[in-house]
Amino acid sequence: MLISCPYCGPRDVSEFTYQGDGNRPRPEPASTDQAEWNAYVYDRLNPAGDHNEIWQHSGGCRSHLAVTRNTLTHKISAVSFVRKQGAGA
Amino acid sequence: MAEYSVFSLLRNALNGNRDWKPAWRKPEPKPAYEVIIIGGGGHGLSTAYYLAREHGITDVAVLEKGYLGSGNVGRNTTAVRSNYLLPANMRFYEHSMKLWENLSHDLNYNVMFSQRGCLNLAHTPAQLDEYARRGNAMRHEGIDAELMTPAQLAREVPGLDLSASARFPIVGGLMQRRAGTARHDAVAWGYARGADRRGVDIVENCEVTGFLREGDRIVGVTTTRGEIRARKVAVAVAGSTGRVMRLAGIDRLPIESHVLQAFVSESLKPIVHTVLTFGMGHFYMSQSDKGGLVYGGDIDGYNSYAQRGNLPIVEDVMSEMLALFPSLASVRVLRSWGGVCDMSMDGSPIITTGPLPGMYLNCGWCYGGFKATPASGFAFAWTIARDEPHEINAPFTLDRFHRGLVIDDKGQGATPRLH
Repeated sequence: MLISCPYCGPRDVSEFTYQGDGNRPRPEPASTDQAEWNAYVYDRLNPAGDHNEIWQHSGGCRSHLAVTRNTLTHKISAVSFVRKQGAGA
Repeated sequence: MAEYSVFSLLRNALNGNRDWKPAWRKPEPKPAYEVIIIGGGGHGLSTAYYLAREHGITDVAVLEKGYLGSGNVGRNTTAVRSNYLLPANMRFYEHSMKLWENLSHDLNYNVMFSQRGCLNLAHTPAQLDEYARRGNAMRHEGIDAELMTPAQLAREVPGLDLSASARFPIVGGLMQRRAGTARHDAVAWGYARGADRRGVDIVENCEVTGFLREGDRIVGVTTTRGEIRARKVAVAVAGSTGRVMRLAGIDRLPIESHVLQAFVSESLKPIVHTVLTFGMGHFYMSQSDKGGLVYGGDIDGYNSYAQRGNLPIVEDVMSEMLALFPSLASVRVLRSWGGVCDMSMDGSPIITTGPLPGMYLNCGWCYGGFKATPASGFAFAWTIARDEPHEINAPFTLDRFHRGLVIDDKGQGATPRLH
């Protein structure tokens, strides 16, 4: 599996660290809504198909990346810097 | 139905093995059943078996999207053990161990359960202390555990690199003698035959495509072989739980699907007679009766439903094997494969009523579901028949995450890839 880092170009997956599901909206830090925090910590969309996820190019430029990857084929259709588009997680 | 005995073996041997009967029927699905079990893997089949045997419920269909044994029951590395730390896990897996110990007799089917022991290797004094703690916890629960010194390990596993110059020198280990391996296909076939002969319909090549509802209540399923109604619909599809539950409108669960790879080497003379685990990483190995080394390591670590993994994990697993056994460097790998695992948020499973009325859910087995097969079926059948959990699965609810009652044996928190 290759991930095309927008800064470094296509690199082997072993250079990257998976930081998990990018579909988890983080509650406002001041929120005291327990159900909302529980859902953020424990509940996952886990789709069979395109999945929004966060990777870090930890063995390269160390950027955090928002990746869209198909969980059935491992095909990656989009990679961008998290800081540009923002991410839930 | 085929009865297996020394006489049937002799008779069929003399007949040139022409008279063996199929172990289970291939019935057309009926329009309605008392109970439908989605998923003809180990857990679904054992659930059907215990529903019939323990609760007298035989109007049951097991729906399998492929052929029997094509999913995780045929993809695991066959280890059976109950060496957990937390009471809920110890009680559940020890119940399973006791069922394993009598399973071949119970099913009249040789599942080749071999109590060859499971040995966890420790590489630091702190790790050995942790194993001593776990061993003591196990012995408190009446489970066998032995702490072993390097000298004992040298007698137990002669090929092991016990030298001080090893990459991660071995300082001891924790052995559970009653642990071992079983032939995974035989477990599926034995439960299938046992359920079938009690009247359960096992319907293969029958993929569930949706759920039938009356109001909130689940009252059946639509499948590639037509509509089937049932009073109770049980889901036992670990690996595909996300996909199947989405058909019922449940989008979010405390589960991620991950791929786990496994490997078999060419046949060798006996060198390892236990299940062996490496403590400075994640690696486990046993040797099959044919002589092949059966081994694996970590999951790939990203969400996947693909049943195949990537090369970095292959390299990790091989290097961990060589750290223990430098002598295996020239052994060839015969084949490798991947299976999809339900990784739960605390590393423990879910066996529960609900989450919708008329529905029952069995999932979240991470990569340890094979050893649980008998207890999972036993507890799930109880839960389906009585609409309440058995004491061994009462802690394994779906709502435990939101209620702060997680059962996190490894203490890793809600990061599924680390369990």
